[in-house]
Amino acid sequence: MSERTDDQTNDASNRALSSADRSYLDLDTSDKTYLDSNELVINMGPQHPATHGVLRVILKLDGERVLGTECVIGYLHRGVEKIAENRTYTMFNPYVDRMDYCAAVSNGLGYCEAVEKLLNVEAPPRAKYIRVILTELQRIASHQLWLGTHALDIGAMTPLFYTFRDREEILKIFEKYCGARLTTHAFRIGGCQYETYAGFEKDVKNFLAFFAPKIDEYETLLTTNRIWLERTRNVGVISAADAIALGVTGPVLRASGVQWDLRKAQPYAAYSEFDFEIPVGTNGDTYDRYLVRMEEMRQSMRIVEQAVNAIPEGPIMGKVPKVIKPPVGEIYHSIEAPKGELGYFIVSDGSTQPYRLRVRPPSFVNLQALDIMVRGLLVADVVAVIGTIDIVLGEVDR
Amino acid sequence: MPNFIMSYLGSKVTPGEAGNQFWALIYVLIIFAGVAVAVLAMNWIERKALAHFQIRLGPMRVGPHGLLQPIADAVKLMLKEDIIPAEADQFVFWIAPLIGLLAAFTVYTVIPFGPSQAVSDMNIGILFMLGVSSLGVLGIVVSGWASNSHYPLIGALRSSAQMVSYEVAMGLAVVSAILMTSLNATGTGTLSMIGIVQAQQQQGVWFIFKFFPLGFLAFVIFAIAMIAETNRAPFDMAEAESELTAGYHTEYSGLRWSLFMLAEYAAMIAVSSIAVTLWLGGWMRPFPNLLHAPAWDFIFSLFPGLTFLGLAAITFVGVARMPSQSFFKIQRIGLAVFAAVLGFIALLLLVIAVAGRSADTSVAARFREGIDYVYWFVLKVAVFMYLFIWYRATWPRYRFDQLMKIGWKVMLPISLGVLIVTAIVGVIFS
Repeated sequence: MSERTDDQTNDASNRALSSADRSYLDLDTSDKTYLDSNELVINMGPQHPATHGVLRVILKLDGERVLGTECVIGYLHRGVEKIAENRTYTMFNPYVDRMDYCAAVSNGLGYCEAVEKLLNVEAPPRAKYIRVILTELQRIASHQLWLGTHALDIGAMTPLFYTFRDREEILKIFEKYCGARLTTHAFRIGGCQYETYAGFEKDVKNFLAFFAPKIDEYETLLTTNRIWLERTRNVGVISAADAIALGVTGPVLRASGVQWDLRKAQPYAAYSEFDFEIPVGTNGDTYDRYLVRMEEMRQSMRIVEQAVNAIPEGPIMGKVPKVIKPPVGEIYHSIEAPKGELGYFIVSDGSTQPYRLRVRPPSFVNLQALDIMVRGLLVADVVAVIGTIDIVLGEVDR
Repeated sequence: MPNFIMSYLGSKVTPGEAGNQFWALIYVLIIFAGVAVAVLAMNWIERKALAHFQIRLGPMRVGPHGLLQPIADAVKLMLKEDIIPAEADQFVFWIAPLIGLLAAFTVYTVIPFGPSQAVSDMNIGILFMLGVSSLGVLGIVVSGWASNSHYPLIGALRSSAQMVSYEVAMGLAVVSAILMTSLNATGTGTLSMIGIVQAQQQQGVWFIFKFFPLGFLAFVIFAIAMIAETNRAPFDMAEAESELTAGYHTEYSGLRWSLFMLAEYAAMIAVSSIAVTLWLGGWMRPFPNLLHAPAWDFIFSLFPGLTFLGLAAITFVGVARMPSQSFFKIQRIGLAVFAAVLGFIALLLLVIAVAGRSADTSVAARFREGIDYVYWFVLKVAVFMYLFIWYRATWPRYRFDQLMKIGWKVMLPISLGVLIVTAIVGVIFS
């Protein structure tokens, strides 16, 4: 390799490090030798099997011990927020599905409710129930995907296939309901576009009966597995104070012992009508986050069961004008997405297009906690922690 | 020359011991070909078994039920461009997979497939085996270093850390088994692989059941350490895919990469052979002393033929269950031919078993004996190979500091304790 390209490589890695962080990663650019006995700076990603997409983590290592990390994001940036300024409210609706593509239904719910709040309309009860059922199913599907990939990161190959087998049943329900499996565009501003198909309730009940023993199957493979315990207990610990200070939400926050779930704290949709519990951890380690998410799947099943049994009759679309022109103003509305608080901040100038739309994605905010969680741990723990934060790069980069 | 060749045939010792280089060479070739075929077969079985653990089908396209997949893979790997990174240490990069391969294959010289079915009966056989098979780690360390890249370096680092932590416990477990060989009239033990099996024969018990649970504990420690030695899940940190992309062989591709894989699978078979030899009675069939009547000999000698018959039957069921569309015609024929070959081998083995049942000196009898020894040995090793797959499907991966913790804080004290107690119990009983 010539001297010139050597310089280029160093320049590139320097550019990636923001000036504020250069101090602690402390790359000595004058040193042209590699594999010396000093700290090792390695690039994990953006092409790496365990960074869940195109996350790039610059790790500074002493042997295998992590001295510091820096996340470099933006490889999947599509400018979703800017696109929103050039689309009408209705046209933008499908775009939100592409942020957290593992939980498209939840994204849609958050966006639709935010615009509804801006318009000051409310979805009819039946629509709310349909929304709750589909969103909770989506939460289960998202957690299944998390479980499979998280276990794969830690080295257990088999749970991935089990979770995908069972996730398929949820995706089938989505497909029957709205024709799409992944980016569903299930809801519309003001309610739902589609009435439930014949046999929807039966399908959902069948799924609940089918899935209850499957969670136990996952747990037999992992929950009391010695290796799983050793790999997850006391790994990636984050205290409740740190979590709150960093704005961490969702299961990561709850595993640290903070009972904060927007479904209870500021109920939206029809959540105030259902009886469910918020699972909370105590240690804030990877194992607690695992237990919290497993329990959340069970609680989601409880919610779906109650909702599907009490689903009211009636219209599914509220009184929304043909052309959506919200009054001048701004609104922030957030929901409890599978990964944490998903918020939409919309500024309206009274036209058909948002003046500004800002998304508060849970993955992006939770990813900040990575550095606190992995410092002092080993490389093997970095992938475990990335898995346990449960990020989706489409949402981090937007 | 023919006399020199023929002179060995009546011999009851290994060709190495008889000083017959010709037959030693033949044995070496047979073992090399056998191991290569076993690795190919293992490749297919692992992918299929793992797939069925994980509710998938595994390879189905190349040949009926993917039977030709390993061959297709081997051809693909050989045809691939041979890349040596510009920054790598070329010579060391080139030689690293060969070290691993050499280490994995050299151990087969002393593995006893039967009392005379080995290349050589070295009087320090087990020592030689442990020494040479540990050299495999050198190949990994050297390849990680030569790649001049971060992930391979960390993989190599882990591998060396891993080695120091399990080798000691592994060695002590082996020593406790060797101690058991000295429980005879003369009070002298042996390090010879064949001698160890013969000691189990004389004492009438597999060492895994000797002084229960002492032998069993030593066996379990060895069984754990041998997974670490071969870098298999749950101790596969050196190549940990989700952490280090591919660990020490990240920079390797094509033929060189396939040499690493060949070495890994050959090493798996080799360490399983050590475990079988030391604790599971090597080539001996079950209950050789309890059921020693000639009738039992005959019944047990039918097993190899019956096994192949069973395999042929399974394959025929596979043929019958294949879809009848014309698209599958070639595959059906191929699978039927494969079943017929299995059936023919079964028939051959049964004929040999029947023909060699009484006379002790005839060629058929010698053949039958040899087939029996190899069959039981391979069967026991195959159980271990299946366990390797099972572990991989079930368990998450250990972190390397946790392996070191287990090695030093759990396995070492236990194996040391087992060794001391075995010595004391041995003194009391002899």
